[in-house]
Amino acid sequence: MRPSITSAASDLNFPTWKLIDEGTDRPRLVLSGDWAVSAKVHTDSAEIINRLRQIRSTGRLLIEDGGISRWDTLLLATLLEISQVASGQKLALDVSSLPEGVRSLFSLATAVPSSTDAHHDPVRRGYLAELGEAVIRFWIDAKYFNRFLGEAALSLAAFIRGRARYRRVDLWIQIQECGPSAVPIVTMISLLVGLILAFVGAVQLSLFGAELYIADLVALGMTREMGALMTAIIMSGRSGAAFAAQIGTMNVNMEVSALKVMGFSPVDFLVLPRLIALILVMPFLGLYSDLLGIVGGALVGVAFFDIPPSQFVMRTSEAVDLTDFFIGLFKCSLFGVLIALSGCMRGVQCGRTASAVGDAATSAVVTSIVLIVAADSIVTLICNRLDL
Amino acid sequence: MTAGAISSDKEPVICVDSLTMAYGAHVIQKDLSFSVNRGDIFVVMGGSGCGKSTLLLHMIGLIQPAAGHISYGGRDLWAAEAEEKQKLLRRFGVLFQSGALFSSLTLAENVALPLNEFTSLSKREVASIVSYKLALVGLAGFESYYPSEISGGMQKRAGLARAMAMDPEILYFDEPSAGLDPISARLLDDLIQSLRDALGATIVIVTHELASIFAIGTNSIFLDPESKTVIARGNPNDLLSTSKDPRVLRFLTRDHSASSRSTGGFPT
Repeated sequence: MRPSITSAASDLNFPTWKLIDEGTDRPRLVLSGDWAVSAKVHTDSAEIINRLRQIRSTGRLLIEDGGISRWDTLLLATLLEISQVASGQKLALDVSSLPEGVRSLFSLATAVPSSTDAHHDPVRRGYLAELGEAVIRFWIDAKYFNRFLGEAALSLAAFIRGRARYRRVDLWIQIQECGPSAVPIVTMISLLVGLILAFVGAVQLSLFGAELYIADLVALGMTREMGALMTAIIMSGRSGAAFAAQIGTMNVNMEVSALKVMGFSPVDFLVLPRLIALILVMPFLGLYSDLLGIVGGALVGVAFFDIPPSQFVMRTSEAVDLTDFFIGLFKCSLFGVLIALSGCMRGVQCGRTASAVGDAATSAVVTSIVLIVAADSIVTLICNRLDL
Repeated sequence: MTAGAISSDKEPVICVDSLTMAYGAHVIQKDLSFSVNRGDIFVVMGGSGCGKSTLLLHMIGLIQPAAGHISYGGRDLWAAEAEEKQKLLRRFGVLFQSGALFSSLTLAENVALPLNEFTSLSKREVASIVSYKLALVGLAGFESYYPSEISGGMQKRAGLARAMAMDPEILYFDEPSAGLDPISARLLDDLIQSLRDALGATIVIVTHELASIFAIGTNSIFLDPESKTVIARGNPNDLLSTSKDPRVLRFLTRDHSASSRSTGGFPT
């Protein structure tokens, strides 16, 4: 039986097969030619299988070497397929005439019978089940966050009493990492947010000739809202993700276990320095961000809407008072706590694979941004009720 | 720690009493009871996946037992108050399979960490102890290296130096020879043995490395994944000559009774 190709080069040894004595209880399958992955032509084993399935006898199937010129994995894969069909039909397989190497590899492959319970298909669930699981996961996460918050609070209390065990140098490293290193990106983002606020506001305000109030808009927007929010979002991407990845990798490498066995509390040792660093650093970054945002707004006001700089400064100082600044700074510290906790929590929860570390970093950012925005709306609501 | 000769009386340092280990509803091993005597080199052996590393995690207090007790010198590790548990934890050192060195710290800082935190030694004293511990494991001069800058075998030895930092009376080893070449593995075995002899420490090793088991093991338990409990115990060399259990013999002689496999190869 020749494979169906139109022109054949002379150096090709077609893989061919012949099934003879089908009716007897000693059928023979004669193989010849190149049975190799690297051969230019292959034969379709499905045809062999089809023919074998039609054999009704339950004797012994002899696989004969009718001049196999080359063979490799392809021949063995075909043989294994044949052996599975044969055993399904109670047909014994005789490979004794095949080359020595084929025989030994074949016996290796068939030494341990195929495990029937090892095959498992991924379970497909309905949408409702998925939704239910997501809700349960969320609930478990929420409980875990609560516990983590409690542990961190205890650890913070121990720190204040001077009884927490951590490396002081770690705290300095974290302050350096979270603070000064983040200044360039905070500069750029805050300046641009100030510009955007001014432009968006100016378009509306110029409709009734009130361009001067750009200053109020930018100053209030930055100090109460955007300064804290933008800094927090930058820091959750920068530091929150880094916390999760650092602690997650330590988890993978059993370093967290080693800490516990040595008698250190991972919360004191790993979470505390990061938490304190963010609580300390965030208000400064937020204040800096407020300033830069106002400068950005002033650039737009002065350059595009012909507001005299002195006027802009005056309006700004009239628009904001200390309360606005303090609300912004309070938010910054609050967001710092949320970023540190969600970053560290995702790191501690991290599984022990490389992809788990990536997932931990991703979910650290997602968790902290969700928490930041939720907390921001709650604080804004409270301030509104209290007329602050 | 008692330096010098090993006390001859067999006094149990670690007692494991009808311990059941489970992840949720999935039971890994049940009804494990054994005790480790002072000066023993106690081997926990068994095939891959039988739960021997999990047993180690239970014994060092990282996983809470589903049932049963683990006690050190008569005090239950899991029933202890936080303060007392700290004290119990400080009685042993652990060498994890990967070494588990803190990758952001140098070798010296790694070894110095428990010394700085749990003792009132001066900086100079800590530094000299660190140098001594590193020299003990053949890493003198590597103080300022980071774990990522040295080989796997060296990381393991550095991990051992850290485990020994507080002079613990019990040392745990998780697969000490995994990933080491035969000579390094042999050197580590010798190191373990001489530490036991010189310091009188008690050693617990989780391994399936036959050469190590026979060379240094003085007592052992054999965990079986099928029956989920201990199916043999005693000196590994005695087990080899007296055990009748085919599962134990298959393991100790590396003889898989299924069939002798000839190795084949592709024609070239």
